[in-house]
Amino acid sequence: MKVEQISVFLENKAGRLAEVTRVLGEGGINIRALSLADTTDFGILRLIVNDNEKAKKILKENGFTVGKTNVVAIEVEDKPGGLARILDILYRAGINVEYMYAFVQQSGENAVIIFRFDNLDEAIKVLQENGVTVINGSKVYTL
Amino acid sequence: MIYNEEFETLPREALEAIQLRRLKNTLERVYHTVPFYKKHFDKHGVKPDDIRSLEDLHKLPFTTKQDLRDNYPFGLFAVPMDSVVRIHASSGTTGKPTVVGYTARDIKTWSELMARTLMAGGATKGDIIHNAYGYGLFTGGLGFHYGAETLGASVIPISGGNTKRQIMIMKDFGPTILTCTPSYALLLAEVAEEMGVDFRSLKFKSGIFGAEPWSEQMRQEIERKLNLDAVDIYGLSEVMGPGVAVECIEAKQGLHIFEDHFIAEIIDPDTGEPLPYGEKGELVFTTITKEAFPVIRYRTRDISALYKEPCRCGRTLVRMERVSGRTDDMLIIRGVNVFPSQIESVLMEMEEVSPHYQLIVDRVEHMDQLTVMVEVNEEIFSDTVKNLQQLENKIRKNIKDMLGISTIVKLVEPKTIERSEGKAKRVIDNRKI
Ligand SMILES: [Zn+2]
Repeated sequence: MKVEQISVFLENKAGRLAEVTRVLGEGGINIRALSLADTTDFGILRLIVNDNEKAKKILKENGFTVGKTNVVAIEVEDKPGGLARILDILYRAGINVEYMYAFVQQSGENAVIIFRFDNLDEAIKVLQENGVTVINGSKVYTL
Repeated sequence: MIYNEEFETLPREALEAIQLRRLKNTLERVYHTVPFYKKHFDKHGVKPDDIRSLEDLHKLPFTTKQDLRDNYPFGLFAVPMDSVVRIHASSGTTGKPTVVGYTARDIKTWSELMARTLMAGGATKGDIIHNAYGYGLFTGGLGFHYGAETLGASVIPISGGNTKRQIMIMKDFGPTILTCTPSYALLLAEVAEEMGVDFRSLKFKSGIFGAEPWSEQMRQEIERKLNLDAVDIYGLSEVMGPGVAVECIEAKQGLHIFEDHFIAEIIDPDTGEPLPYGEKGELVFTTITKEAFPVIRYRTRDISALYKEPCRCGRTLVRMERVSGRTDDMLIIRGVNVFPSQIESVLMEMEEVSPHYQLIVDRVEHMDQLTVMVEVNEEIFSDTVKNLQQLENKIRKNIKDMLGISTIVKLVEPKTIERSEGKAKRVIDNRKI
């Protein structure tokens, strides 16, 4: 049920993000989803790609610091209130969302959103009990 | 003006006779009361009796900061603790400070030397002294304070910080002499300007500035902006505190060393050989009147040169050139001694961090600013902003706890820090001084 996400440390200076996408592109890596969180002096780029191991290797070879985290991909009905319903379920269960971002591709009629939780297993359990579709990793990488 | 006309203008021969007598007494005393010196002298095959002239001083071994550290805290005191009336300390290289002690007579000597210092810098009994050196373990504040009282002047013990309030007090109390670090003097000028206070409307005549490196250009800037005469002072707690040497306001060309209390030498920092007058090298001091904490041939790591040409002020004391650098990598940040190894040990102690780091020193709006750049490796990296910001805060706090200085911590990408021959360059000092 878990999806592996890689994250990259970036200094806040021009061209760094472009550099990451360039080296990954040249290595034949397909970026499925991406989000950048930044502060005034650094940024953290989070990526879902089609080949984690290869992407990590390429990034390290190019001198980037890379981390690996498990996240969850959730199908959200593509209509008003779809996301609110999910956040409400999490809120009621006392589960804290560290961050979230949207997937580029849809899964059929539905949008796909990546969630990062502190307590991943608990979150998955609560979501499934409430009938939310959690997409498994192998499917996400090929969406 | 000269505070102690007799001792500050002695003919060289008479001065040197006093120095030799006091040196012999000191050596005899440390040899018999401080186990370190006995062992140290014995190891080098020299006895106090072997010193028959001032030139013989060269036979004695050097004392280093490491020796002080090895004898932390009171191991080098030459009197029992019940004779010690004051303890001061300065930051050391490994977290432990360097501790020094004073007997009642030492405080009296130091107070006189500071009275001499103040008068050399233009102060008299009738002056009001605005003392913005820090009070506390640091010797600056209390050193000036006691000197001012000994001189008979009025002292405002304002200490450092709260700059706006300092300006208000300057306006209301009308101090005539300013004592602080040179960078703080420039900050005062700036804050006064923001507050619409013109230094020309204040009553300052002169200022005595030290405890950090500064330059001739900075002197001119201070004199122009604060409308006063600025003189340089030198001292270090291991030797006494402030009041080891000071410029005279008449010449402002080199700092007179109070040689009736300290013997100064310049040595080649690599070979340890003494260098002749006029040549640049490492300053070495021997105290010849101190009771509680005498030091023999203490290597200061400060680079200077000595001149013995007579001075127009009438003092016969040798002059040392403004300190132009260090023989080690010590930085002085807002008057606090900082060694890169201290920052390194802070980073090492945080178990998750053993990264490459670099220290960048800038002077921003006249204040020293230390930035610690830390390369983010996989061990310390996290995918959440919160965790990385906590890491930055933790580094900042640990440095503050250890050194008492505020820093900017900046996380950078791997390989950002310049390396030469595989070794990272630890310090970049951008201060224009
Ligand atoms: Zn002079």
